[in-house]
Amino acid sequence: MSDKRATVEEMVAELRPGMTVGLGGWGSRRKPMAAVRAIVRAGIGDLTVVSYGGPDVGLLCAAGLARKVVFGFVTLDSIALDPHFRAARQQGRIEAMEIDEGMLYLGLLAAAQRVPFLPTRAGLGSDVMRVNPQLRTVVSPYEDAEELVAMPALVLDAAFVHVNRADHHGNGQVLGPDPFFDDLFLGAAKRRFVTAESVVEPGSLGDEGPLQSVVVTRLSTDAVAEVPGGAHFTACPPDYGRDEEFQRSYATAAADERSWADFAARFLDVDEAGYWKAVSQVPGTAGGRR
Amino acid sequence: MSDVSRAEVCVVACAEAFRGDGEILASPFGTVPSIGARLARLTFEPDLVLTDGEAALMANTPSISGSEPVVREAPMPYRRVFDVVWSGRRHVMMMASQLDAFGNQNLSCIGDWHQPTVQLVGVRGAPGNSVNHTTSYWVPAHGPRVFVDGVDMVCGVGYDRLSSVPAAARYHDVRVVVTNLGVFDFAAPGHRLRLRSLHRGVTRRDVQEATGCALAVADDTPETRLPSPEELEIIREVLDPESLRDKEVRG
Repeated sequence: MSDKRATVEEMVAELRPGMTVGLGGWGSRRKPMAAVRAIVRAGIGDLTVVSYGGPDVGLLCAAGLARKVVFGFVTLDSIALDPHFRAARQQGRIEAMEIDEGMLYLGLLAAAQRVPFLPTRAGLGSDVMRVNPQLRTVVSPYEDAEELVAMPALVLDAAFVHVNRADHHGNGQVLGPDPFFDDLFLGAAKRRFVTAESVVEPGSLGDEGPLQSVVVTRLSTDAVAEVPGGAHFTACPPDYGRDEEFQRSYATAAADERSWADFAARFLDVDEAGYWKAVSQVPGTAGGRR
Repeated sequence: MSDVSRAEVCVVACAEAFRGDGEILASPFGTVPSIGARLARLTFEPDLVLTDGEAALMANTPSISGSEPVVREAPMPYRRVFDVVWSGRRHVMMMASQLDAFGNQNLSCIGDWHQPTVQLVGVRGAPGNSVNHTTSYWVPAHGPRVFVDGVDMVCGVGYDRLSSVPAAARYHDVRVVVTNLGVFDFAAPGHRLRLRSLHRGVTRRDVQEATGCALAVADDTPETRLPSPEELEIIREVLDPESLRDKEVRG
């Protein structure tokens, strides 16, 4: 069996400007933040970002790398709205495909199942249909003849998810309460990247937690990287909670250009080691598990 | 019971919204609806299903502060919630940045969607919720900027949108709107907003001045029912001893 261990930099090196990139997690929970930081460092832009949005979306908007965001919401959980995303929308700096969060689920599922669309009632009658004129409806071929939304497959060029444990072959395990849609992001993508708090010997994930918590199988993984604290500053239970103090400093950095430049210089224009050194110098931050 | 607070009246009004629902998933957003749904389960709707706000269903009915341990009865990760939404076995009570006379709700943005003046959280699950199962709304600060004559972005679908979209009408049921001033429904002709009851101390005029859209008001509008002594004890001693409800609704 192939050893798929790689570095985050090697993963990101496969991205090209203009790609559609899916990011796992949900809100400010278990986001592949180390991968997002690596994308920012590499400066790969013109991206379409598909996400149950949190600071992953905000960071890519603030860095000017997101051309378009596909979302049902963007939130930081303990801070209701992400100010970087808000600013990008209010200043007209990004395109948006705003859809019901269940439609987002079905779009990923359709892509993972290689069908062009899946039918749903979600979206009917709402302005989701008005602001997304590309969306079509489909008439049931059966007796009911109902006209439903045909949610198109959201095919991704690449996807990143961050999990608690993985093995050398790319099986991934979520030890927290919610796997979210991570397996579907990978299923919908052409290049599939998993980062994990720790990467263990094949066959030993059953020692880490119940086998059904291995929600990602190696069938849907191209590369796996061990990145301790890789979801920081979002929550990654049971390994660590959200770094609320750091999240506040992230949100505050949206105040003006100078605040953002300062934040970027300290936390983004540096490598992972430099990032953790800078995080440790922020008063009151938990600094992930480090 | 002159010492009953406005927040406590609102809690009971929210609980009443779930009356008759039986064994469905009750999904309240906001402090007062969360207390209300738990109050309903502890009194007249014992079969209601509630989540812990994370990824599990709660077997017990603890206080809303989170200081009491949750006993979990089953996992309810995010993805499974959509199975419940699409099955129809759910009643959500959402908040609304804007709401109109037909029950259209907006929590996406203010202004032109293409470049909004104010970007809010996004449509979330409102489009799917409102056409799949019972939907109610909670407005803790009733004002003319919330109740508007046409919302900027229709997230939750209102009654006027249904005639041209039969598949949206099939399971649509926007039931009530509870605010800090009263309880409203869509029982006026053409499924328009109607004042159902006034909270104690609120006048019809108060409501009309705080409402920026058409509103049907009867001369004999009743008062919202007050909490029973048993309900007050549950609210104050069991579900919200920290009085978090008073942070959402004052007076």
